[in-house]
Amino acid sequence: MKTILETNNVTKIYESGNLVVKAVDAVSISVQAGEFVGLVGPSGSGKTTMLAMLAALLQASDGSLKIDGYNLSEMNDIERTRFRREKIGFTFQSNNLVPYLTALENVELMLRLNKKYNRKSRQHARDLLLRLGLEDRLDSLPSQLSGGQQQRVAIARSLIHDPSVVLADEPTASLDTERANQVVGIFADLIHEQNRAGIMVTHDLRMCKYVDKVIQMVDGRVTNIITERAAIDQLASSSKLAEAPAPKAKPVQQPQSLLAHAMPNLVGAAG
Amino acid sequence: MAAYLSFKEIWRNKGRYLLFSMVIALITVLVLFTAGLGEGLASANKEYLEKINADLLVFQEDTGFSTLESRLDYNTLKQVRRWEGVADVGAIGFSNVTILFTNGAEPIDVSLIGVEPGKPGAPPAFEGEALRSKQSKTTIVDGRIAGQANLQVGDTVVVKTTQGAEDEFYELKVSGITDGRQYFFQPSVFVPLEIWDEIRPKADITNNNAPLLPNILAIQLQNPAAKIEIGQYLESRVDNIEIADIKTTYEAAPGYAEQQSTLNTMKGFTFLIGVLVIGGFFQIQTLQKVAQIGMLKAIGTSNHAVANAAILQIIFVTIFGVAIGGLATLGMAFGLPSSVPIVFTGTAVLIAVVALLLIGPIGGLVSIRLALKVEPLRALGM
Ligand SMILES: Nc1ncnc2c1ncn2[C@@H]1O[C@H](COP(=O)(O)OP(=O)(O)O)[C@@H](O)[C@H]1O
Ligand SMILES: [Mg+2]
Repeated sequence: MKTILETNNVTKIYESGNLVVKAVDAVSISVQAGEFVGLVGPSGSGKTTMLAMLAALLQASDGSLKIDGYNLSEMNDIERTRFRREKIGFTFQSNNLVPYLTALENVELMLRLNKKYNRKSRQHARDLLLRLGLEDRLDSLPSQLSGGQQQRVAIARSLIHDPSVVLADEPTASLDTERANQVVGIFADLIHEQNRAGIMVTHDLRMCKYVDKVIQMVDGRVTNIITERAAIDQLASSSKLAEAPAPKAKPVQQPQSLLAHAMPNLVGAAG
Repeated sequence: MAAYLSFKEIWRNKGRYLLFSMVIALITVLVLFTAGLGEGLASANKEYLEKINADLLVFQEDTGFSTLESRLDYNTLKQVRRWEGVADVGAIGFSNVTILFTNGAEPIDVSLIGVEPGKPGAPPAFEGEALRSKQSKTTIVDGRIAGQANLQVGDTVVVKTTQGAEDEFYELKVSGITDGRQYFFQPSVFVPLEIWDEIRPKADITNNNAPLLPNILAIQLQNPAAKIEIGQYLESRVDNIEIADIKTTYEAAPGYAEQQSTLNTMKGFTFLIGVLVIGGFFQIQTLQKVAQIGMLKAIGTSNHAVANAAILQIIFVTIFGVAIGGLATLGMAFGLPSSVPIVFTGTAVLIAVVALLLIGPIGGLVSIRLALKVEPLRALGM
């Protein structure tokens, strides 16, 4: 498998006045093509900051980030904008869509931005929206779509332009459980099918059942990386909502090691 | 990209943008009417002087360039005529009379202007013939009067004036028709100076041998570029006169400056209102779109494109509004009676249109700055 995204001791320090916050502290992670990663952790643990740096929206204070051969800390503003446009697919928590563009136009916007707007790519946009179950909403404005439908349009937009990395920040925050499952499920399928590197920030651990790897952060640091299928499923099913504070790191580690011993076959099969 | 975004947004919010264009259209109508009125009033005041075939005007000393107060005697005319550099001189007399028409048209109050045939101050005839004889009772009439009363060359008009306590009537034959030459808010009727002296309203008719006293002299120079020097020279050499060029004269007319500055203030304030209204609208609009602009930048829209989209919208809405307002003004102008002193062809109106087109971009500057400053990090709620 090809490593698409790699960070090495990435650190982000916010300084406002004499207040210094180490929001991300020496994080080293990697994501492969076709791998869907869940970034979890309590509120304030640095997930969004991490995502912002991966998206070239924020400069790291220290360490390095590499995506698809690009060294993010070496780019200027214009290069970063272009990088986001070409290499990154985005799904945000809210305000995802341009309100005066239809579902189809919102997806096509990414093609226009990248000057890839042609008959073939437009057909792709339609196909993708069909795939996401929006065949009869192509010409609806965002205000005429439900929250789940809007997020599915955003997912289509995040994938249409052949990005290397797809980033999602709490994409299910405004959705009920059923819709959240639908949305993330299909998101995961598409990431796997299209062989993208995907990272989803979520505080809803149940959504982890769709990911291939869980990275847990606490206080800016990575405390745990779970790659075994069974351990991930265990984590996803054991938690109601993920906002349990710091001790979370420990109970998660236990089942992981337990499972690794108890079900080596299963873990092996999953990997 | 910028064009696509801005026009999609306008199209999907047609109602809002249309409403806003209408506000700009109304401001345009207001500004154009103010400008047109300014132009119209100014021209009603100065049309004759503006078109006069002279470089300098001579007034009696200490009359403040007032054609009505100034009285010059024949001696002055003779002196001025002699000076080197002076090509030609004509004496002019002004008074107000009413003219009646034999064809039943409504009487009109006019400026009765006495001129010396063939001399500076005498108008050209665009139909018929210019004044020739010093003593014939012929007249050249303002094109406006001809239009209004349906006059032809060869027709007869009757001038009604007051001589002492009596109304007197004088018949004049129309020898020619000139273009619009209003003076003091009235269209003009030109007669030979001696006829003017005979028929002009007089309070005292006992003294029949009173000398002819024109109000002003119009001077044509051999070298018009030297008018300031020659004017100063003449003033110092000839007793009891003051000299002004054409512009100085009409600007000194009673009320002219006050009127124009009042109208200019109105125009200025209307522009200011326009700038503030447009500025306010686009600023609120941009503030409402901060999250959306952040998202657009996050997914890779350049700052450039975001700013261009905003500028295009502002320009489009402004042009649309000004065009609608301009057309509405034009429509209304056709419905106005010709006696309303509004002129939409002057440079003041042209300048107003250009300025109106600028209020959009000027008012919108703040909103563009706002849009440029939105951080793409906004998309992540940071
Ligand atoms: N712009 C900022 N300035 C200062 N501190 C910030 C800023 N953004 C985030 N932080 C701080 O950095 C830490 C991590 O924040 P964040 O990345 O938003 O965490 P999460 O997304 O996991 O909730 C928090 O302590 C937060 O208060
Ligand atoms: Mg966050």
